[in-house]
Order: sequence, then C-alpha cells, then structure tokens
Amino acid sequence: MIKAEQKPFEEILEYLAPYGKILLSGCGACVTVCNAGGEKDGALLASALRMARRKMGKPIEILESTPARQCEPEFAQELTDTIGKVEAVLSVSCGVGVQTLARYFPATQIFPGVNTTFMGETVAHGVWEERCQACGNCILEKTAGICPIARCAKQLLNGPCGGSSKGKCEIKRETDCAWQLIYDRSKSLGQLHRLSAIIPAKQWGVESRDSGPRSIVREDLKV
Amino acid sequence: MSIFDPKIVAFCCEQSGVPAAEMAKTLKLKMPDNLELVPVPCSGRIETLYLLKALESGADGVVVFACYEENCRYLQGNIRLKGRVGYAKQIMAKIGLESERLEIFHVATNSGVKFTEILMQKVDQLRQLGPNPAK
Repeated sequence: MIKAEQKPFEEILEYLAPYGKILLSGCGACVTVCNAGGEKDGALLASALRMARRKMGKPIEILESTPARQCEPEFAQELTDTIGKVEAVLSVSCGVGVQTLARYFPATQIFPGVNTTFMGETVAHGVWEERCQACGNCILEKTAGICPIARCAKQLLNGPCGGSSKGKCEIKRETDCAWQLIYDRSKSLGQLHRLSAIIPAKQWGVESRDSGPRSIVREDLKV
Repeated sequence: MSIFDPKIVAFCCEQSGVPAAEMAKTLKLKMPDNLELVPVPCSGRIETLYLLKALESGADGVVVFACYEENCRYLQGNIRLKGRVGYAKQIMAKIGLESERLEIFHVATNSGVKFTEILMQKVDQLRQLGPNPAK
C-alpha cells in the first residue's frame, strides 16, 4: 500500500494561517494503515491544530471527515456539502487523494497534510519499508519475489555490486542487500539456477514514469 | 485576586487508579477541587486522542494512574499507554505546551495516600505553569 508521513507541523500551520474554517479530510485506505491520515490521525492533527491556533490567539474551526477512499471520485464527492462550508481543505490522504479533491473542487484551495513516501509493506507494528516502485514491468518472477528495483540502492538487475558486505548495503549499512536476499531465498527454494539467466535492461523510457505520466485504459469498463 | 484552580483530568485504570481513588475517598484525604476522574478498564484503553482532547476541552493538566509495569492485568496495556503518552508529548511540544501538563503515575490498589499526594503536587505544579493556553 501507499505509505505516507505527516508533514512538519509548522509547515501545515504556515499554509493554514490565512484561514479560519477548514475541512480536514482523511482517507480510510492506505494512509489509515500507515497511521498517517486515517480518521484517528486526522482527529489528532485537528486537535493539535486547534490548540496551536488558540495558543496563537487565532482560533480555527476544523470540520473533520474521512471518506473510505479519497482517491475515488464517488467517495471524494461525498465531501461536496462540507467543502461548501469551508475556506480551504487540509487533505491527509496521499498525493492522489489531494489531486482528486483538486479536480472535483476547482474553486477550493486543497493543501496536503502528509508527504506521500513510497509503496511498501508493514514489516512490524509501526515499521514500514519500501517494496515497489511501480516500474511498469514486474520482474519478481525472476528474482525470487524480492524486488531489486525497489530494494537495491542501484537498482541492479543481475547480482550485487561490490558494495554488498555481510548481507548489507554500502549506501545504508542497516539495509539488507537486496541481491543477498534474492540469493538466499533462491537457494532456500532450490531455484539458484534461475539466477544464471540474464535479466535484460529495463525499458525505462517506455514502461516507467520516465516517459511521462502513465495511464491505464480498459475499454470494456468504460461507461 | 482569586487563586488559579487548575482543572485536572485523571484517567484511572480500574485495576489500580480507581481502587486507589476509592481508598483516598474512604480515608477522606484532601483531593483537588477541580478534578475529573475518568475510569478506564485498562490504561491501554486510553488513546492518544483522549489525552489531547482533554487538554483541548479545558484541562490544565492530565494525569494517568496506571498499574506498575509488568503488573498489567492485560499484559501490555500500560506499556502501550507509555508509547501513546510519549507521542502525545511530542505533539504537545509542537504546539508549545509544557510536558508537565501530561504525566503517567504508577499506583497500586492500596495507594490511596500516594494518589492524593500526586494530585496535590500536580495542582501546585500547574499553578506555577498557569492556565493551559491552548484550551
């Protein structure tokens, strides 16, 4: 799922400074799971903002709402009545949700409350790690289910670099070397022979974000 | 000039804080005038939001009476509380609220005297800090 972190409090206070009544819109999907922008996290941020503004002598009224998925138009549009009552929106959903609101509410200023960070996995309670970069052409079948694009600092496709030492990466010593993980898992699966096949260079300019924003169109689903 | 009478919200675990409060009441010990006791089944039931909401809604200080560590009936409730109080304090620091306005105290069922002593000391401390500027 998409992972995010709350923006610095001072930054949020700064761009909300001109406003006296806002909507804090959370999202019930990814950012709820990573405790950045769900109903609870939104309520905490709203409470903190109200107190900070009272302390500054400039009280702010904050309405709170958390659509099930802010990035889906039918849920985002549920906010129509509430957005009509406020001067601006602080969205603590990912960047996709912020842009959905911006598209549907062109007359309203929408501010992001979180920094969207990566697509990742919950590895322990309160710990999330990057797992996918949406490169556009998945090669996990060749790498024992471990992604060298997301997890190798150099995105190497055919084995580790010389900086792999004792299973750790030279860029960040606390990070596992993706290719060590790939080797170990392939070995435990009895699939080491698969690693002798050369993985061709990725077509970054065709498959990935390098060729501009991507879209998926399913003609059969269009109405 | 009237003396500032700080409002204290005290969350009390039913396994420790509530019996301690009842003992203090039975012994007719002096309690703060402006005190709101909030019983909870376990201190682990207290969410970070409850702590902030108490401050937002008018408390000058918030205390939590929880069981001693490794003595939680539900094993880790008071450990979870510790993390949440720590997180609430981080948020309070961003707002500019003093850390002393939120504190955990570990008590046992028979800590009636300690219970009131803590609260009366907290009243003195909050008087020095003054009213919560964010309420």
